[in-house]
This record gives sequence, C-alpha cells and structure tokens, in this order.
Amino acid sequence: MKYSLGVILLLFSLAVQASISAYEFNTPEQESRFNTLSQELRCLVCQNQNIADSNAGLAVDLRRQIHEMILAGKTDQEIIEFMTQRYGEFVLYRPPMRAGTLLLWIGPFALLILGGGIMAWFVRQRVGATQENPLSKAEQKHLADLLKDKK
Amino acid sequence: MKLRFILPLVVFTALIVLFAIGLNLNPREVPSPLIDKPAPSFDLPQVQQAELRLTRDALTQHPVSLLNVWASWCVACRQEHPFLMELARSKEVPIYGLNYKDERDDAVAWLQRFGDPYLVSGFDHDGRVGIDWGVYGVPETFIVDAQGTIRYKHIGPLSPQVWKEKLEPVVRQLQGGVR
Repeated sequence: MKYSLGVILLLFSLAVQASISAYEFNTPEQESRFNTLSQELRCLVCQNQNIADSNAGLAVDLRRQIHEMILAGKTDQEIIEFMTQRYGEFVLYRPPMRAGTLLLWIGPFALLILGGGIMAWFVRQRVGATQENPLSKAEQKHLADLLKDKK
Repeated sequence: MKLRFILPLVVFTALIVLFAIGLNLNPREVPSPLIDKPAPSFDLPQVQQAELRLTRDALTQHPVSLLNVWASWCVACRQEHPFLMELARSKEVPIYGLNYKDERDDAVAWLQRFGDPYLVSGFDHDGRVGIDWGVYGVPETFIVDAQGTIRYKHIGPLSPQVWKEKLEPVVRQLQGGVR
C-alpha cells in the first residue's frame, strides 16, 4: 500500500516537472500569465491538447509567440485576440458566450436537469404503483398473524 | 405502459442520428476566420533566390491567385504535387508558394526533384507568416482575389476532384469579370 502510494506520487511529480517552461520572464507574474494563457489555448494540430502540453511544431511556435507578446507588454486580451483573429474561436477552451456557443455552455446543465427530471418522474410512478393497491383490513390482519407465527 | 418501450427506442434512434452526424464531420477542418478578410501582409525572401523577395503585393497583381503552403517534410504535399504541376501547366491560375518551416536546401532540392509549380515561393523559415495566415497543417491552399481578400481556404492536399468541386468554382467566379 505504502509502496503503490509512493509510485503514484512519483508519477504526479513527473507530470509537474514536464510542464515547466524553458522561457525566461522578467517577473513571476509574467510567467504565471504565460502558463495560464498557454493552458487555455488549444493546439490545432493535436486538437485535444493545449498549447502548453503539445510538442507539435505549431504549438512550440505559438508558445514562442505568447512569450514574445508578454515581454512586449501585451495584455492577455490582446494575445487572445491575436490568436482568435488567426485561428478562430476554436482555439479557446473557454469560448465567449454567444448564440452559437450557448449549447456548449448550458448543454450539460440542461441534460442534467432533463435526466434528473426523467428519473424523478420514473421514481414517482413506481411509488404510485406500489401504493395503488393497499392491503385491506383483513389482509393486514392476516399479514400480521403470519409475521407473528414466524416468531 | 407503451411509452416505457417506445421512449428508449426514440432516445436510441436520436443518439444514432447524432453520432452519425458527428462521425461524418471532420474535426480537422477548422473554418478559418480569415475568409473574406484582407490577406495578412508579408515580406519574405524567395526560396530559390534569397536576395529577391516575395510580398503580398505579388498576389494582388492577378485577378485571382493561389497561395499554396508547402514544405519538403510534408508527406501530403508530395501527394498533391502532381496535381499542382498539372494546374501550373494549364496556366489557369497563378500559383504562389509559401514554404513553411523548412530548410532552404531541402526546399530547393525538393523543387528540383519533383518540379516547381510555383511562380515564386516565399521562404517562411520560422513559420511567422504561417501564424499570421492561420496555417496549422500543410498543405493548405488559399484563394486570394485582386483586392487581396482571402476568398477560400482549402486544408489538406489538392486533387482533381477537390479542385473541380471546391476551388475551381471560386476561381472561375473571380475570373469571370475579367475574361
């Protein structure tokens, strides 16, 4: 048990090691902005990775681009605009809420409510079904007698 | 009571339809936000003659031209190359090349070996022009009109079929007023 815990912890420490960037910044605040931005932008080559995780040529170039823009004093907003102008909102892991993206934002919650509603409806039906034919007085007495005999 | 049997069937059918649509979409084809926008300007050395330049102005000399993004390391570029040669020979539309993240020697050797369908190729060694043009996978082909507006972008290799179905109509329409 202790051994496997150790192995798991070791795996996590490797994952953290791997994401440290090779770029240099003037302030720690710049570096944290770089990390946040490169994690929020999606790589177009390996589409299920962000720019920080991907080692595709384009992701490397875009990391370099973000690094340069941060050092040049660009705001996060300007950098995100730069990317969406070229690659579209597809690169944003958090797209702005608009008519076209509404389904992305509320879809999961709508499904949850729908699923919950259906489940509640089924459960209610079951409860109704079991209460539809309550035992008559005589039956209840018979049942009580049977239970008594068992003791 | 009947609903209990019909409902799962309806849900199942709906899911099948949804999955069928989803599976037939191509997630690799991300629509470019640059369509109908001015082509990003660039000024690059040429692949074969480093002292000469290729700029955006070259594209706007023609009523319509193609900008084909290629690289010697790109396998799909080899695949579309015979068709590009054929298209260049037909002289239907001027083709410019954007040599993307390549080594000059490799690019020149590639053109010598397989033929050069391009009027001129720009040498985008570090891929910065590629970023401005929203390039994310080679080959890509842009259709640019005389005003310098990007009218169409094709992602992936060209083929006679792709040309006939997708690019040629756009090119013809843009040439229509001139010819």
